[in-house]
Amino acid sequence: MRDSLHTRPNFTFVEPVTQSGQHAGRAAAALIDHAGALEAADVHAWFDRLHALRGITLSIPVRHVTAIIGPSGCGKSTFLRTLNRMHELVPGARVSGRVALDGEDIYAPAVDPVLIRRRVGMVFQKPNPFPTMSVHDNVAAGLRLAGIRDRTILDETVERSLEAAVLWDEVKDRLDKPGTSLSGGQQQRLCIARALAVSPEVLLMDEPCSALDPASTLRIEELARELAKDITIVIVTHNMQQAARVSDSTAFMLDGAVVEYGPTNALFTRPHDPRTEDYITGRFG
Amino acid sequence: MSTIHPRESFEQALRDLEADIVRMGTMAGELIHRAVEALQARDAVEADAVVADDARVDALHLEIEQRVIALLATQQPMARDLRELTSILAISIDLERMADHAEGIGKATKRMIKEPLLKPLVDIPHVEQIVQGMLTDVLDAFVRRDVALAESLGPRDDTVDALRSQVFRELLAHMVDDPQSTSRALELILIAQHLERAADHITNVAERVIYLVTGEMREINV
Repeated sequence: MRDSLHTRPNFTFVEPVTQSGQHAGRAAAALIDHAGALEAADVHAWFDRLHALRGITLSIPVRHVTAIIGPSGCGKSTFLRTLNRMHELVPGARVSGRVALDGEDIYAPAVDPVLIRRRVGMVFQKPNPFPTMSVHDNVAAGLRLAGIRDRTILDETVERSLEAAVLWDEVKDRLDKPGTSLSGGQQQRLCIARALAVSPEVLLMDEPCSALDPASTLRIEELARELAKDITIVIVTHNMQQAARVSDSTAFMLDGAVVEYGPTNALFTRPHDPRTEDYITGRFG
Repeated sequence: MSTIHPRESFEQALRDLEADIVRMGTMAGELIHRAVEALQARDAVEADAVVADDARVDALHLEIEQRVIALLATQQPMARDLRELTSILAISIDLERMADHAEGIGKATKRMIKEPLLKPLVDIPHVEQIVQGMLTDVLDAFVRRDVALAESLGPRDDTVDALRSQVFRELLAHMVDDPQSTSRALELILIAQHLERAADHITNVAERVIYLVTGEMREINV
């Protein structure tokens, strides 16, 4: 299991949870009392000799949903992966520049990337619950790896995480069933619950709805909006309507650079750069 | 940018809508002109025809609205496409209301046709001329995306407002002098009001043209 951690990237680590089991306010708020802002400054990234990101400078505000849009291959997923030090897991991959989480450079030599990936969780395109684990154990997995054995704490955190992911009511009577027995949309919310269980400050979502039907998509979008009351969300999507629906700010990327970044409403009704205009009106890309 | 235009059929649909907006504006302008001519010529048959022909503008308006809704639903337009479609929708509503004012003038004309005119018509045809000039320019501004031309309509709307007030004052004086003339004077006031409202709709269209081009929503007359 431990060997596979790095290839299971939305499996994040956790420090011992000390919260009591009290429910407080919103489900997500009960889990999370902190949120982080991200600042990218002149971030470059390479896959061997391929220069995938060419100097990204972007300020991602706290408790906002920030969407990143752009044509395939523009570097949006790569950028997302530089925000929690996942890019460097790819053989031959390199990063330069600075990414600060609450002012702290996550690429500084003393920083443990595992801790960063705990604080900056991730959800992927295809729901990837651990196939051999139950619903309960999927959510509890990160806590268990962090050494938490107390059944009460585990159960409470699982419940609150599933509530935060708006899945609890649907699965509370089958927590012992395999995670893979859920529908696609439920599996994606399970993965979100798993990410939330370790109390991240930022949640990165990489095309989280591209494998889901419209109703499940809208549920995830609503969830992202709800979670953004407590944590910072960055979502990569090639669905512009989704970006328009879900985000407060949108960045348009092209060829490894940010072309335009601003309030979502303005970007989708009155973009400043003609390349943004051409892309979002479907005239290229 | 690709040499293939992935949205060719969408763009063609937009161009067709634009052409129909111009057609609709022209129809509304013609109706207003015919209504004022019927008033001057005291031509009940033509006044009736104006009232009946308003239905053609109404039909075109509904058709444009349905096409816009279909494009909004199926194409998910963004940016300038979104501004253009929502502007076309708003403009078609204003043009449809303009034609309603032509119908109103036709109906007023019919009501007062059996009585002699209170006075020679001077200001009402003059206002109608200004309105026609404004309409021509606003359609031109729409087709050419000409913000300056659209902005120039604000002061002209103010002129129409002033003329309408002048007509109102004159006719009020008539009513005071000769209470027998009250119903005819009221009909003429109503007609001047119809023309003034038509100019307001043109001003709305001008504001939509500015929005379409710049993304800014603002009033052009204060």
